[in-house]
Amino acid sequence: MHSTSQVLTFVLILTTVVAVGLTGLREATKPLADANEALFNKKGVLNAIQTHFAGDLPKDWDDAKVEETYKQVKSYIFDYQGNIMDTTQTKYRVAIDLEKDRDKINKLDITERPFPVWVYEDGGKKFYVVTVYGKGLWDKIWGTVAFQEDMETLAGVSFDHKGETPGLGAEIKDSPGFYSQFKNKKINSETGEYVGITVRKGGAKNTRYEVDGISGATITADGVTEMMQEDIENYQPIFAALKKMK
Amino acid sequence: MAETTVQDVVVKEPTLPFGKKEKKLLTDPLTDNNPITIQVLGICSALAVTTQVFPSLVISVAVVFVCAFSSLFTSLLRNNIPKQVRMIVQLVIIATLVTVVELVLKAFSFEVYKQLSVFIGLIITNCIVMGRLEAFALANKPWRSFLDGIGNGLGYGLILIAVAFFRELFGKGTLFTGSPAELNIIGKSNEATSFMINTAAESGIGSWFSWYSNNNLMVLPAAAMFLIGIFIWIQRSRNPKLVDIS
Repeated sequence: MHSTSQVLTFVLILTTVVAVGLTGLREATKPLADANEALFNKKGVLNAIQTHFAGDLPKDWDDAKVEETYKQVKSYIFDYQGNIMDTTQTKYRVAIDLEKDRDKINKLDITERPFPVWVYEDGGKKFYVVTVYGKGLWDKIWGTVAFQEDMETLAGVSFDHKGETPGLGAEIKDSPGFYSQFKNKKINSETGEYVGITVRKGGAKNTRYEVDGISGATITADGVTEMMQEDIENYQPIFAALKKMK
Repeated sequence: MAETTVQDVVVKEPTLPFGKKEKKLLTDPLTDNNPITIQVLGICSALAVTTQVFPSLVISVAVVFVCAFSSLFTSLLRNNIPKQVRMIVQLVIIATLVTVVELVLKAFSFEVYKQLSVFIGLIITNCIVMGRLEAFALANKPWRSFLDGIGNGLGYGLILIAVAFFRELFGKGTLFTGSPAELNIIGKSNEATSFMINTAAESGIGSWFSWYSNNNLMVLPAAAMFLIGIFIWIQRSRNPKLVDIS
């Protein structure tokens, strides 16, 4: 039997060694991890407009090609009314980290929230990429949504998630059969009213703005519906402003 | 007299012996003492991660690493660990190693890290790891404990990959999705994916399988339960040693 002081000494030494070791490893790998993350976010933006690129998906491109293509992307930050935000005053970076910063941003009141828009221009074609953010079954889900020049028709989407089940909820990211459905869907109904995009369990009824769900992933799919409806609605004043900018 | 003769017989072992006993430590968990089918440990993660082969493979490698090194460290410290806090100490060791896995994946294999997300962290709660520390590493020498850790990690991985193979093939018609060796075996080809056996084909092998569709049960955790049950059944019926005589 060990005495209390022996126990305390042992635990103290062990935790100190572990803490120092792990902090060291984290600091050593941080530059690599950050570079991976930045590249990953750029791929996220380009991946939303994947239908524009022939061949491989942007997420499978090598690093140099991503950096090269990303040069044609301009990013803006708007406020909720569609005025360009003074990015020197906002505490958030222009290239918004889709996973970490959106978490903070979504806690802000809508009047203070920055709305990023990425504009990709290539050969006369313009795409507007925005971000959406919501809840899946286990954790956060988010995505980038690309619009064609009319800002009504989707050019494509790219979803990601923090902890959805591989093979079930994670299919929003992994299954081309799911995310490729969003191409050419419209966010307005036939009468021009805003309806957003709905993921319908059991199959889409209105092919203009509904897509098929994923079996075994109803809650994740509902999360996708919610974020596609609410977050894109928040972008409507900004789209109006963007149309005037042209 | 007797005591002295016993002492005379003792042969000095090489520092890292690898005889019959050590070999048994490695091979037993693969068959007669499999952590999943015989000890019935680690079932929760075996149900959750096995929808696809590739994530299962990465998790298996991670579990082998964590299991082996936590056994080694626990065994090295076994005479110094105060009995009152031994579980906490084991947990600290396991959690440290899992964090190391996470940081390394984040820095060097970001895509895999993103794909596995929560499952890496869940290795901490894998009963096999702590079970082996309690049952073996606390009472055995480091080298043997290390081998025991590797053996049990491999035994776990073997079942994981076998289950994932059937679940991915019959649930999705694909194999190794997410890895460079991605295979699309059977299903309806469309513009996004093409399958080796295209069930929508008008002629050829695909047309023989026009009745085929994926089994949606396979993507649910329940399917893993059935598969593991079947594995246990087959193993017990073929091996009389394992039959309960009671």
